[in-house]
Amino acid sequence: MSMTLPQPPVTHYVPDGGAIGPVQSGWKLAIREFAQNKLAVLGLAVLVFFVVICFLGPTFYHGNIAFPNLNDTNAGPAAGQPLGTNEQGFDELGLLMKGGQASLEVGFFAAAFGIVVGALWGAISGMIGGLFDAVMMRLVDVCLSVPYLFIVLIVAVRYGASVLSLTLIIGGLTWPVPARLIRGEVLTLRTRDFVASARVSGASKWRLMMKHLLPNALGVVIVNVTFQIADAILIVATLGFLGFGLNYPNQDWGDMLSNGVGYMQDGYWWLIYPVGICIVLVVMACNLVGDALRDSLDVRLRRR
Amino acid sequence: MAGYIIRRLGTAVIVVFGLSVGVFWMLHIIFPSPAIDVLGPKANIAAIAAWNKQNGFDSPWIVQYLKYSWGLLHGNLGFSYKLDQSVTSLFATRWQGSAYLSGVSVVLAIIIALPLGVYQAVKRNTIGDYTATTVSFVLYAMPIFFLGLILIQVFALDLHWFGYGIGRTLNFWQALTDVRDLTLPVATLTLITVANFSRYMRSSSMDVLAQDYVKVARAKGLPERLVLFRHLVRNASLPMLTLVGLFIPALLAGNLVVEDVFNYQGLGLLFYNSLGTADYSVLLAYTLIGALLTVIGNLIADVALTVADPRIRLA
Repeated sequence: MSMTLPQPPVTHYVPDGGAIGPVQSGWKLAIREFAQNKLAVLGLAVLVFFVVICFLGPTFYHGNIAFPNLNDTNAGPAAGQPLGTNEQGFDELGLLMKGGQASLEVGFFAAAFGIVVGALWGAISGMIGGLFDAVMMRLVDVCLSVPYLFIVLIVAVRYGASVLSLTLIIGGLTWPVPARLIRGEVLTLRTRDFVASARVSGASKWRLMMKHLLPNALGVVIVNVTFQIADAILIVATLGFLGFGLNYPNQDWGDMLSNGVGYMQDGYWWLIYPVGICIVLVVMACNLVGDALRDSLDVRLRRR
Repeated sequence: MAGYIIRRLGTAVIVVFGLSVGVFWMLHIIFPSPAIDVLGPKANIAAIAAWNKQNGFDSPWIVQYLKYSWGLLHGNLGFSYKLDQSVTSLFATRWQGSAYLSGVSVVLAIIIALPLGVYQAVKRNTIGDYTATTVSFVLYAMPIFFLGLILIQVFALDLHWFGYGIGRTLNFWQALTDVRDLTLPVATLTLITVANFSRYMRSSSMDVLAQDYVKVARAKGLPERLVLFRHLVRNASLPMLTLVGLFIPALLAGNLVVEDVFNYQGLGLLFYNSLGTADYSVLLAYTLIGALLTVIGNLIADVALTVADPRIRLA
């Protein structure tokens, strides 16, 4: 006679901390976190909107920005010229697109330039360490203390402002911030086991930096990029407003605004507010994206 | 503590030295021969060489640097050939206006931003917090000149409450009494500064609110007023010390723009005008002074932080 032993009921044990899903990479988590932040998505959308309007807009919307039209100066918004015209009869919306191109280009390129220089500087400094590190970081201190708008102004006035020159000056003066951030990250990463094992297996310093240190330190830099873009756009606008912006036939937003100032008492609002609002929106969008990226890349703040 | 301050002073001196060499060298490259700017583009080569020799601009830049820094240590900032005055006397008539503008704005900004940040952190995610956060976020992204123009449009052109151009140099006492013309420039700089400070104040207050000592203070029955004043405000304002120290470059830049918008006769406007006339001495002197102020600001902030926060143990 065979006895059937009572079987224990089948239960699914769930660990205390909740069910364990498949392991996700940090970047996927970060993107998911970012996508859940409505304001950040809005910021990104605003940025994409401005890029599309400024760079693709002119192919569909042909405002008169080339030929002065003295029969039609300072005209208010009307059909065919949704934002009116300025003192030379140029179409404001067309100028807005053209000026936006320059502002966005300088913003992105200057940030990219500054980040690349800063990341390399910081990584090299942090990796080598010792006296070399101390000297390189004092140089960073020095560059951080330079009143940076003053130098940008002096250089722009002396050598003329173009997208390239502004990119180089602004990038060349803003690299110390990412350099500091990256160095800090590299200093903590340097002591980790994976770096030690890479070193033991004979990785060269260059490989160590490019394959192990920089990719892992990238989080802080990506956050910084957005703020750098915002700052660069503001600086370009300030430069233009002070009258030292891009030279004709190039336009930038600050330049347009400063042209409108003379007509404030006449109530020509379309010369001032659309441009000003564009600057504010783009900078705000960059800041929103930056804040959200910081929240989603910062592991401590992340909801899992 | 004393050791730390001495060491911190030492680094500051090194940075100041590097900074002055760097700025001087940079401006020397940009303006290699001031004679061309002074005598005009059509001056002949002999005249340019003679002028440079007469005014000491023909020596190697390092010699010029040493001479200049020797003068600097004796309060001689150089000579403005465009305005035919010593830079020291130019600055002497104008620094008060700028100092007043920056000083009042920063003090007002701290007075507004501290309570505002605390309020936002305590009443987190209420209508009040959302409003304040949104407003400060917009102001944070706003170019200073645009804010200035909006204020001029609303309060000067539409409502006629305030004036919008100063156009004269001010001494300290005039500045104190001239409410009509000074309100808008001060308000512009203050609002931008508040937007900066309150963001940090809010987040640092939220950090402090999450600390155990706040919970303990509440658990032992301390009135909420005392929890806020004794535990929250004092701890949450510590990062503000660093922030104010680091804010000097932004403040100088803000000064420049505000002075340009309101035609306010301060150092920033002097710098702006000198850009147009390529007045090398003024540009150099103000850039150097700005750099020095930045280093001093950082130094004071660091030292003040270690004095104010005994938890910072210095090895």
